[in-house]
Amino acid sequence: MIEFSFAIILENLLLATRWTILLSLIAFVSGGLVGLLVLFGRVSKHEVLRLLTAGYIEFFQGTPLLMQLFLLFFGIALFGVEVSPWVAAWLALTFWTSAFLSEIWRGCVESVPRGQWEASGTLAMTYMEQMRYVILPQAMRIAVAPTVGFSVQVIKGTALASIIGFVELTKAGTMLNNATFRPFLVYSLVALIYFCLCFPLSWCSKRLEARLNVAR
Amino acid sequence: MSLVDIQDVRKNFGPLEVLKGVSIEIGRGDVAAIIGRSGSGKSTLLRCINGLEEFQAGAITVDGMAVGKTDLRTLRRHVGMVFQQFNLFPHLTAGQNVMLAPTVVAKMQKGEARDTAAGLLEKVGLAGKFDAYPSQLSGGQQQRVAIARALAMQPTVLLCDEITSALDPELVNEVLRVVEQLASEGMTLILVTHEMRFARDVGTKLIFMHQGRVHEEGAPKTLFANPQTPELAQFVTGAH
Repeated sequence: MIEFSFAIILENLLLATRWTILLSLIAFVSGGLVGLLVLFGRVSKHEVLRLLTAGYIEFFQGTPLLMQLFLLFFGIALFGVEVSPWVAAWLALTFWTSAFLSEIWRGCVESVPRGQWEASGTLAMTYMEQMRYVILPQAMRIAVAPTVGFSVQVIKGTALASIIGFVELTKAGTMLNNATFRPFLVYSLVALIYFCLCFPLSWCSKRLEARLNVAR
Repeated sequence: MSLVDIQDVRKNFGPLEVLKGVSIEIGRGDVAAIIGRSGSGKSTLLRCINGLEEFQAGAITVDGMAVGKTDLRTLRRHVGMVFQQFNLFPHLTAGQNVMLAPTVVAKMQKGEARDTAAGLLEKVGLAGKFDAYPSQLSGGQQQRVAIARALAMQPTVLLCDEITSALDPELVNEVLRVVEQLASEGMTLILVTHEMRFARDVGTKLIFMHQGRVHEEGAPKTLFANPQTPELAQFVTGAH
Protein backbone atom coordinates (compact mmCIF):
# COMPACT_ATOMS: atom_id res chain seq x y z
CA MET A 1 0.00 0.00 0.00
CA ILE A 2 1.20 3.43 -0.83
CA GLU A 3 1.74 5.86 2.05
CA PHE A 4 0.07 9.23 1.45
CA SER A 5 2.08 11.88 3.18
CA PHE A 6 0.60 15.32 3.88
CA ALA A 7 2.74 16.70 1.07
CA ILE A 8 1.36 14.26 -1.47
CA ILE A 9 -2.23 14.97 -0.45
CA LEU A 10 -1.69 18.69 -0.70
CA GLU A 11 0.14 18.39 -3.99
CA ASN A 12 -2.67 16.37 -5.55
CA LEU A 13 -5.30 18.76 -4.28
CA LEU A 14 -3.41 21.72 -5.67
CA LEU A 15 -3.02 20.00 -9.03
CA ALA A 16 -6.77 19.44 -9.13
CA THR A 17 -7.33 23.07 -8.15
CA ARG A 18 -6.08 24.04 -11.60
CA TRP A 19 -9.21 22.46 -13.06
CA THR A 20 -11.44 24.26 -10.59
CA ILE A 21 -9.86 27.55 -11.58
CA LEU A 22 -10.03 26.79 -15.28
CA LEU A 23 -13.65 25.68 -15.14
CA SER A 24 -14.57 28.74 -13.07
CA LEU A 25 -12.86 31.10 -15.48
CA ILE A 26 -14.38 29.56 -18.58
CA ALA A 27 -17.83 29.37 -17.01
CA PHE A 28 -17.59 32.95 -15.82
CA VAL A 29 -16.48 34.31 -19.18
CA SER A 30 -18.96 32.37 -21.29
CA GLY A 31 -21.67 32.89 -18.68
CA GLY A 32 -20.93 36.62 -18.84
CA LEU A 33 -21.21 36.68 -22.62
CA VAL A 34 -24.47 34.74 -22.66
CA GLY A 35 -25.64 36.86 -19.72
CA LEU A 36 -25.08 40.00 -21.75
CA LEU A 37 -27.27 38.62 -24.55
CA VAL A 38 -29.95 37.62 -22.06
CA LEU A 39 -29.72 41.09 -20.53
CA PHE A 40 -30.44 42.74 -23.87
CA GLY A 41 -33.48 40.51 -24.27
CA ARG A 42 -34.60 41.21 -20.73
CA VAL A 43 -34.56 45.01 -21.10
CA SER A 44 -35.65 45.13 -24.74
CA LYS A 45 -38.82 46.72 -26.01
CA HIS A 46 -40.12 43.47 -27.53
CA GLU A 47 -42.47 41.73 -25.19
CA VAL A 48 -41.82 38.24 -26.60
CA LEU A 49 -38.08 38.62 -26.03
CA ARG A 50 -38.66 39.90 -22.53
CA LEU A 51 -40.90 36.96 -21.67
CA LEU A 52 -38.55 34.39 -23.19
CA THR A 53 -35.54 35.69 -21.32
CA ALA A 54 -37.55 36.03 -18.11
CA GLY A 55 -38.50 32.36 -18.48
CA TYR A 56 -34.88 31.41 -19.09
CA ILE A 57 -33.77 33.28 -15.97
CA GLU A 58 -36.56 31.84 -13.84
CA PHE A 59 -35.72 28.31 -14.94
CA PHE A 60 -32.02 28.48 -14.20
CA GLN A 61 -32.47 30.44 -10.99
CA GLY A 62 -35.36 28.30 -9.83
CA THR A 63 -33.82 24.85 -10.20
CA PRO A 64 -30.75 23.47 -8.43
CA LEU A 65 -27.51 23.70 -10.36
CA LEU A 66 -27.05 19.99 -9.66
CA MET A 67 -30.28 19.17 -11.50
CA GLN A 68 -29.15 21.26 -14.44
CA LEU A 69 -25.88 19.34 -14.50
CA PHE A 70 -27.73 16.01 -14.41
CA LEU A 71 -30.14 17.10 -17.12
CA LEU A 72 -27.31 18.10 -19.40
CA PHE A 73 -25.06 15.17 -18.62
CA PHE A 74 -27.65 12.39 -18.71
CA GLY A 75 -30.36 14.13 -20.71
CA ILE A 76 -28.32 14.80 -23.81
CA ALA A 77 -26.96 11.26 -23.67
CA LEU A 78 -30.54 10.04 -24.21
CA PHE A 79 -30.39 11.51 -27.70
CA GLY A 80 -27.35 9.40 -28.42
CA VAL A 81 -24.87 12.23 -28.06
CA GLU A 82 -21.98 11.55 -25.71
CA VAL A 83 -21.34 14.50 -23.45
CA SER A 84 -18.08 14.59 -21.54
CA PRO A 85 -18.22 15.76 -17.91
CA TRP A 86 -16.15 18.77 -19.04
CA VAL A 87 -18.68 19.90 -21.62
CA ALA A 88 -21.67 19.18 -19.39
CA ALA A 89 -20.13 21.12 -16.50
CA TRP A 90 -19.14 23.97 -18.78
CA LEU A 91 -22.60 24.25 -20.34
CA ALA A 92 -24.51 23.95 -17.08
CA LEU A 93 -22.34 26.50 -15.33
CA THR A 94 -22.58 28.84 -18.33
CA PHE A 95 -26.39 28.78 -18.34
CA TRP A 96 -26.59 29.08 -14.58
CA THR A 97 -24.07 31.94 -14.42
CA SER A 98 -25.71 33.81 -17.30
CA ALA A 99 -29.10 33.66 -15.58
CA PHE A 100 -27.74 35.23 -12.41
CA LEU A 101 -25.44 37.75 -14.05
CA SER A 102 -28.11 39.01 -16.44
CA GLU A 103 -30.44 39.57 -13.53
CA ILE A 104 -27.75 41.38 -11.52
CA TRP A 105 -26.97 43.53 -14.54
CA ARG A 106 -30.62 44.22 -15.27
CA GLY A 107 -30.86 45.79 -11.84
CA CYS A 108 -27.84 47.94 -12.68
CA VAL A 109 -29.24 49.03 -16.06
CA GLU A 110 -32.56 49.91 -14.47
CA SER A 111 -30.87 51.94 -11.77
CA VAL A 112 -29.62 54.38 -14.41
CA PRO A 113 -32.04 57.32 -14.14
CA ARG A 114 -34.83 57.66 -16.72
CA GLY A 115 -33.56 61.09 -17.65
CA GLN A 116 -30.47 59.51 -19.19
CA TRP A 117 -32.68 57.54 -21.59
CA GLU A 118 -34.71 60.65 -22.38
CA ALA A 119 -31.69 62.88 -22.91
CA SER A 120 -29.92 60.41 -25.20
CA GLY A 121 -33.16 59.57 -27.02
CA THR A 122 -33.81 63.25 -27.58
CA LEU A 123 -30.37 63.48 -29.21
CA ALA A 124 -31.70 61.02 -31.82
CA MET A 125 -29.66 58.04 -30.65
CA THR A 126 -30.93 54.55 -31.43
CA TYR A 127 -31.59 52.04 -28.68
CA MET A 128 -28.24 50.35 -29.23
CA GLU A 129 -26.39 53.67 -29.27
CA GLN A 130 -28.09 54.71 -26.04
CA MET A 131 -27.08 51.41 -24.47
CA ARG A 132 -23.51 51.49 -25.69
CA TYR A 133 -22.58 55.11 -25.06
CA VAL A 134 -24.83 56.21 -22.22
CA ILE A 135 -26.53 53.45 -20.25
CA LEU A 136 -24.05 50.57 -20.08
CA PRO A 137 -21.00 52.68 -19.16
CA GLN A 138 -22.92 53.92 -16.13
CA ALA A 139 -24.49 50.55 -15.33
CA MET A 140 -21.08 48.88 -15.51
CA ARG A 141 -19.68 51.04 -12.74
CA ILE A 142 -22.50 49.90 -10.50
CA ALA A 143 -22.18 46.30 -11.68
CA VAL A 144 -18.48 45.74 -10.98
CA ALA A 145 -18.77 44.96 -7.28
CA PRO A 146 -21.76 42.56 -7.39
CA THR A 147 -20.30 40.84 -10.47
CA VAL A 148 -16.99 40.17 -8.78
CA GLY A 149 -18.95 39.08 -5.73
CA PHE A 150 -20.93 36.60 -7.81
CA SER A 151 -17.74 35.04 -9.20
CA VAL A 152 -17.34 33.50 -5.73
CA GLN A 153 -20.61 31.63 -6.31
CA VAL A 154 -19.31 30.33 -9.63
CA ILE A 155 -16.15 28.94 -8.02
CA LYS A 156 -18.16 27.18 -5.35
CA GLY A 157 -20.62 26.01 -7.99
CA THR A 158 -17.89 24.12 -9.83
CA ALA A 159 -17.72 21.72 -6.86
CA LEU A 160 -20.95 20.15 -8.11
CA ALA A 161 -19.20 19.09 -11.31
CA SER A 162 -17.44 16.47 -9.16
CA ILE A 163 -20.71 14.51 -9.02
CA ILE A 164 -20.76 13.84 -12.75
CA GLY A 165 -17.16 12.72 -12.59
CA PHE A 166 -15.23 15.83 -13.47
CA VAL A 167 -12.01 15.71 -11.48
CA GLU A 168 -11.62 19.12 -9.90
CA LEU A 169 -10.82 20.06 -6.34
CA THR A 170 -13.82 18.43 -4.63
CA LYS A 171 -13.60 15.23 -6.68
CA ALA A 172 -9.87 14.99 -5.99
CA GLY A 173 -10.65 15.38 -2.29
CA THR A 174 -13.15 12.54 -2.43
CA MET A 175 -10.68 10.30 -4.24
CA LEU A 176 -7.88 11.09 -1.79
CA ASN A 177 -10.19 10.44 1.13
CA ASN A 178 -11.10 7.06 -0.33
CA ALA A 179 -7.43 6.19 -0.51
CA THR A 180 -6.29 7.66 2.83
CA PHE A 181 -9.37 7.46 5.08
CA ARG A 182 -8.43 10.81 6.58
CA PRO A 183 -11.60 12.80 5.77
CA PHE A 184 -11.04 15.56 8.27
CA LEU A 185 -7.58 16.40 7.00
CA VAL A 186 -8.50 16.07 3.33
CA TYR A 187 -11.72 18.05 3.44
CA SER A 188 -10.19 20.70 5.69
CA LEU A 189 -7.55 21.23 3.05
CA VAL A 190 -10.18 21.29 0.30
CA ALA A 191 -12.18 23.91 2.19
CA LEU A 192 -9.05 25.94 2.86
CA ILE A 193 -8.14 25.99 -0.81
CA TYR A 194 -11.66 27.12 -1.77
CA PHE A 195 -11.40 29.81 0.84
CA CYS A 196 -8.07 30.98 -0.55
CA LEU A 197 -9.67 31.26 -4.00
CA CYS A 198 -12.83 32.97 -2.85
CA PHE A 199 -11.72 35.30 -0.10
CA PRO A 200 -9.59 37.62 -2.26
CA LEU A 201 -12.55 37.99 -4.62
CA SER A 202 -15.04 38.88 -1.88
CA TRP A 203 -12.51 41.26 -0.43
CA CYS A 204 -12.00 42.83 -3.84
CA SER A 205 -15.73 43.14 -4.30
CA LYS A 206 -16.10 44.97 -0.99
CA ARG A 207 -13.27 47.33 -1.81
CA LEU A 208 -14.67 48.05 -5.26
CA GLU A 209 -18.08 48.67 -3.82
CA ALA A 210 -16.71 51.17 -1.36
CA ARG A 211 -14.67 52.91 -4.02
CA LEU A 212 -17.19 53.02 -6.86
CA ASN A 213 -19.99 54.09 -4.57
CA VAL A 214 -18.29 57.41 -4.11
CA ALA A 215 -20.22 59.25 -6.79
CA ARG A 216 -18.20 61.14 -9.32
CA MET B 1 -46.81 77.95 -42.78
CA SER B 2 -45.87 77.75 -39.15
CA LEU B 3 -42.81 75.79 -38.10
CA VAL B 4 -44.47 73.92 -35.27
CA ASP B 5 -48.14 73.28 -35.80
CA ILE B 6 -50.14 71.74 -32.98
CA GLN B 7 -53.72 70.89 -33.89
CA ASP B 8 -56.33 69.76 -31.38
CA VAL B 9 -53.97 67.49 -29.46
CA ARG B 10 -55.51 65.27 -26.83
CA LYS B 11 -53.64 63.14 -24.39
CA ASN B 12 -54.63 61.10 -21.40
CA PHE B 13 -52.81 59.11 -18.78
CA GLY B 14 -55.32 56.35 -18.15
CA PRO B 15 -58.63 57.98 -17.21
CA LEU B 16 -56.98 61.35 -16.60
CA GLU B 17 -57.17 63.65 -19.59
CA VAL B 18 -54.21 66.06 -19.39
CA LEU B 19 -54.48 67.69 -22.81
CA LYS B 20 -58.03 68.42 -23.88
CA GLY B 21 -57.60 69.62 -27.44
CA VAL B 22 -54.65 71.98 -27.67
CA SER B 23 -53.93 73.99 -30.82
CA ILE B 24 -50.92 76.26 -31.13
CA GLU B 25 -48.98 77.58 -34.10
CA ILE B 26 -45.40 78.63 -33.68
CA GLY B 27 -43.53 80.38 -36.47
CA ARG B 28 -39.86 80.28 -37.37
CA GLY B 29 -37.85 82.45 -35.01
CA ASP B 30 -40.64 82.64 -32.45
CA VAL B 31 -39.87 82.46 -28.76
CA ALA B 32 -42.96 80.85 -27.34
CA ALA B 33 -43.31 80.82 -23.59
CA ILE B 34 -45.82 78.38 -22.15
CA ILE B 35 -46.92 79.27 -18.64
CA GLY B 36 -49.48 77.86 -16.28
CA ARG B 37 -49.94 76.10 -12.98
CA SER B 38 -48.40 72.72 -12.38
CA GLY B 39 -50.68 70.06 -13.72
CA SER B 40 -51.97 72.33 -16.48
CA GLY B 41 -50.37 70.06 -19.09
CA LYS B 42 -47.59 72.38 -20.28
CA SER B 43 -44.68 69.95 -19.83
CA THR B 44 -46.68 67.10 -21.30
CA LEU B 45 -47.45 69.20 -24.36
CA LEU B 46 -43.77 70.03 -24.79
CA ARG B 47 -42.82 66.35 -24.51
CA CYS B 48 -45.38 65.46 -27.18
CA ILE B 49 -43.55 67.65 -29.69
CA ASN B 50 -40.46 65.42 -29.80
CA GLY B 51 -42.19 62.12 -29.18
CA LEU B 52 -41.22 61.64 -25.53
CA GLU B 53 -44.95 61.31 -24.91
CA GLU B 54 -47.52 59.88 -27.27
CA PHE B 55 -50.83 61.59 -27.79
CA GLN B 56 -54.17 59.99 -28.52
CA ALA B 57 -55.72 62.45 -30.94
CA GLY B 58 -54.87 65.51 -32.99
CA ALA B 59 -51.73 66.26 -34.96
CA ILE B 60 -48.36 67.90 -34.47
CA THR B 61 -46.08 68.79 -37.35
CA VAL B 62 -42.57 70.16 -37.00
CA ASP B 63 -41.11 71.67 -40.15
CA GLY B 64 -43.51 69.57 -42.19
CA MET B 65 -42.77 66.32 -40.32
CA ALA B 66 -45.80 64.74 -38.71
CA VAL B 67 -45.02 63.60 -35.17
CA GLY B 68 -45.97 59.95 -34.74
CA LYS B 69 -45.72 59.26 -38.47
CA THR B 70 -42.19 60.47 -39.09
CA ASP B 71 -39.35 58.21 -37.93
CA LEU B 72 -38.54 59.30 -34.38
CA ARG B 73 -34.85 59.68 -35.14
CA THR B 74 -35.44 61.96 -38.10
CA LEU B 75 -37.80 64.09 -36.04
CA ARG B 76 -35.44 64.32 -33.09
CA ARG B 77 -32.50 65.39 -35.22
CA HIS B 78 -34.48 68.57 -35.80
CA VAL B 79 -35.90 69.05 -32.33
CA GLY B 80 -33.50 69.69 -29.46
CA MET B 81 -34.49 69.52 -25.83
CA VAL B 82 -33.15 70.81 -22.53
CA PHE B 83 -34.50 69.35 -19.30
CA GLN B 84 -35.21 70.66 -15.84
CA GLN B 85 -32.78 68.18 -14.29
CA PHE B 86 -30.04 68.79 -16.91
CA ASN B 87 -29.64 65.03 -17.55
CA LEU B 88 -25.99 65.37 -18.51
CA PHE B 89 -24.15 62.10 -18.98
CA PRO B 90 -22.22 61.89 -15.69
CA HIS B 91 -19.51 59.55 -17.01
CA LEU B 92 -18.49 61.99 -19.76
CA THR B 93 -16.80 65.38 -19.55
CA ALA B 94 -18.62 68.53 -20.59
CA GLY B 95 -16.88 68.41 -23.96
CA GLN B 96 -17.67 64.73 -24.48
CA ASN B 97 -21.30 65.37 -23.56
CA VAL B 98 -21.51 67.87 -26.39
CA MET B 99 -19.49 65.74 -28.83
CA LEU B 100 -21.38 62.48 -28.33
CA ALA B 101 -24.43 62.94 -30.55
CA PRO B 102 -22.54 64.63 -33.43
CA THR B 103 -20.04 61.76 -33.60
CA VAL B 104 -22.43 58.88 -32.91
CA VAL B 105 -25.60 60.08 -34.63
CA ALA B 106 -24.38 62.56 -37.25
CA LYS B 107 -21.14 60.59 -37.93
CA MET B 108 -19.04 63.73 -37.66
CA GLN B 109 -15.25 63.26 -37.47
CA LYS B 110 -13.84 63.39 -33.92
CA GLY B 111 -11.66 66.42 -34.62
CA GLU B 112 -14.45 68.39 -36.19
CA ALA B 113 -16.85 67.43 -33.39
CA ARG B 114 -14.26 68.53 -30.85
CA ASP B 115 -13.92 71.94 -32.50
CA THR B 116 -17.69 72.32 -32.69
CA ALA B 117 -18.07 71.33 -29.03
CA ALA B 118 -15.35 73.74 -27.94
CA GLY B 119 -17.04 76.51 -29.92
CA LEU B 120 -20.43 75.78 -28.38
CA LEU B 121 -19.05 75.64 -24.85
CA GLU B 122 -17.42 79.00 -25.46
CA LYS B 123 -20.73 80.33 -26.73
CA VAL B 124 -22.46 79.36 -23.48
CA GLY B 125 -19.63 80.89 -21.48
CA LEU B 126 -17.82 77.69 -20.48
CA ALA B 127 -14.68 77.87 -22.60
CA GLY B 128 -12.44 76.53 -19.83
CA LYS B 129 -14.69 73.66 -18.81
CA PHE B 130 -14.24 71.24 -21.71
CA ASP B 131 -12.61 68.57 -19.54
CA ALA B 132 -14.69 69.07 -16.41
CA TYR B 133 -17.12 66.36 -15.38
CA PRO B 134 -20.73 67.35 -14.68
CA SER B 135 -20.27 66.72 -10.95
CA GLN B 136 -17.53 69.35 -10.91
CA LEU B 137 -19.86 72.00 -12.33
CA SER B 138 -22.54 74.12 -10.68
CA GLY B 139 -26.16 73.65 -11.64
CA GLY B 140 -26.08 76.70 -13.88
CA GLN B 141 -22.94 75.50 -15.61
CA GLN B 142 -24.42 72.03 -16.08
CA GLN B 143 -27.53 73.48 -17.64
CA ARG B 144 -25.43 75.55 -20.03
CA VAL B 145 -23.54 72.41 -21.05
CA ALA B 146 -26.93 70.79 -21.66
CA ILE B 147 -27.89 73.69 -23.92
CA ALA B 148 -24.61 73.35 -25.82
CA ARG B 149 -25.23 69.62 -26.14
CA ALA B 150 -28.65 70.23 -27.68
CA LEU B 151 -27.28 72.90 -30.03
CA ALA B 152 -24.57 70.55 -31.29
CA MET B 153 -27.19 68.75 -33.37
CA GLN B 154 -28.20 72.06 -34.98
CA PRO B 155 -31.88 71.72 -34.14
CA THR B 156 -34.56 73.61 -36.03
CA VAL B 157 -36.41 74.19 -32.80
CA LEU B 158 -35.27 73.95 -29.19
CA LEU B 159 -37.61 72.82 -26.42
CA CYS B 160 -36.82 73.99 -22.90
CA ASP B 161 -38.68 72.25 -20.10
CA GLU B 162 -38.50 74.43 -16.97
CA ILE B 163 -34.78 74.68 -17.42
CA THR B 164 -34.22 77.08 -14.52
CA SER B 165 -36.57 75.47 -12.01
CA ALA B 166 -33.95 73.21 -10.45
CA LEU B 167 -31.41 76.01 -10.11
CA ASP B 168 -30.48 78.11 -7.12
CA PRO B 169 -31.87 81.64 -7.65
CA GLU B 170 -28.45 83.22 -8.19
CA LEU B 171 -27.72 80.77 -11.05
CA VAL B 172 -30.93 81.39 -12.98
CA ASN B 173 -29.73 84.46 -14.83
CA GLU B 174 -26.61 82.93 -16.36
CA VAL B 175 -28.82 80.31 -18.02
CA LEU B 176 -31.47 82.80 -19.10
CA ARG B 177 -28.80 85.00 -20.68
CA VAL B 178 -27.75 82.11 -22.89
CA VAL B 179 -31.36 81.50 -23.92
CA GLU B 180 -31.81 85.17 -24.61
CA GLN B 181 -28.75 85.15 -26.82
CA LEU B 182 -30.16 82.19 -28.77
CA ALA B 183 -33.43 84.05 -29.19
CA SER B 184 -31.62 87.09 -30.53
CA GLU B 185 -29.85 84.89 -33.06
CA GLY B 186 -33.22 83.80 -34.40
CA MET B 187 -33.46 80.30 -32.91
CA THR B 188 -37.00 79.04 -32.59
CA LEU B 189 -37.62 78.34 -28.92
CA ILE B 190 -40.50 76.81 -27.03
CA LEU B 191 -40.10 77.28 -23.31
CA VAL B 192 -42.13 75.96 -20.46
CA THR B 193 -41.18 78.41 -17.76
CA HIS B 194 -41.99 80.06 -14.47
CA GLU B 195 -39.80 83.06 -15.24
CA MET B 196 -42.54 85.59 -15.94
CA ARG B 197 -40.22 88.52 -16.50
CA PHE B 198 -38.20 86.51 -19.00
CA ALA B 199 -41.38 85.39 -20.79
CA ARG B 200 -42.48 89.00 -21.05
CA ASP B 201 -39.16 90.52 -22.09
CA VAL B 202 -37.82 87.85 -24.44
CA GLY B 203 -40.90 85.96 -25.56
CA THR B 204 -42.64 86.76 -28.82
CA LYS B 205 -45.64 84.67 -27.95
CA LEU B 206 -47.22 83.79 -24.64
CA ILE B 207 -49.39 80.76 -24.09
CA PHE B 208 -51.26 80.40 -20.83
CA MET B 209 -52.42 76.85 -20.21
CA HIS B 210 -55.12 76.01 -17.77
CA GLN B 211 -56.64 72.59 -17.08
CA GLY B 212 -55.33 70.98 -20.24
CA ARG B 213 -56.35 73.77 -22.60
CA VAL B 214 -54.86 76.93 -24.05
CA HIS B 215 -56.70 79.44 -21.94
CA GLU B 216 -55.17 82.57 -23.43
CA GLU B 217 -52.49 83.34 -25.95
CA GLY B 218 -51.03 86.39 -27.55
CA ALA B 219 -48.21 88.90 -27.38
CA PRO B 220 -46.56 88.64 -23.95
CA LYS B 221 -46.53 92.34 -23.10
CA THR B 222 -50.19 92.81 -23.99
CA LEU B 223 -51.25 89.69 -22.15
CA PHE B 224 -49.32 90.47 -18.99
CA ALA B 225 -50.55 94.05 -18.93
CA ASN B 226 -54.08 93.14 -19.83
CA PRO B 227 -55.11 89.58 -19.02
CA GLN B 228 -58.47 88.74 -20.57
CA THR B 229 -59.44 85.95 -18.17
CA PRO B 230 -59.62 85.94 -14.38
CA GLU B 231 -57.42 82.78 -14.31
CA LEU B 232 -54.52 84.47 -16.06
CA ALA B 233 -54.97 87.64 -14.02
CA GLN B 234 -54.79 85.61 -10.85
CA PHE B 235 -51.86 83.59 -12.11
CA VAL B 236 -49.89 86.69 -13.08
CA THR B 237 -50.48 88.48 -9.80
CA GLY B 238 -49.84 85.31 -7.85
CA ALA B 239 -46.54 84.76 -9.62
CA HIS B 240 -45.16 88.18 -8.81
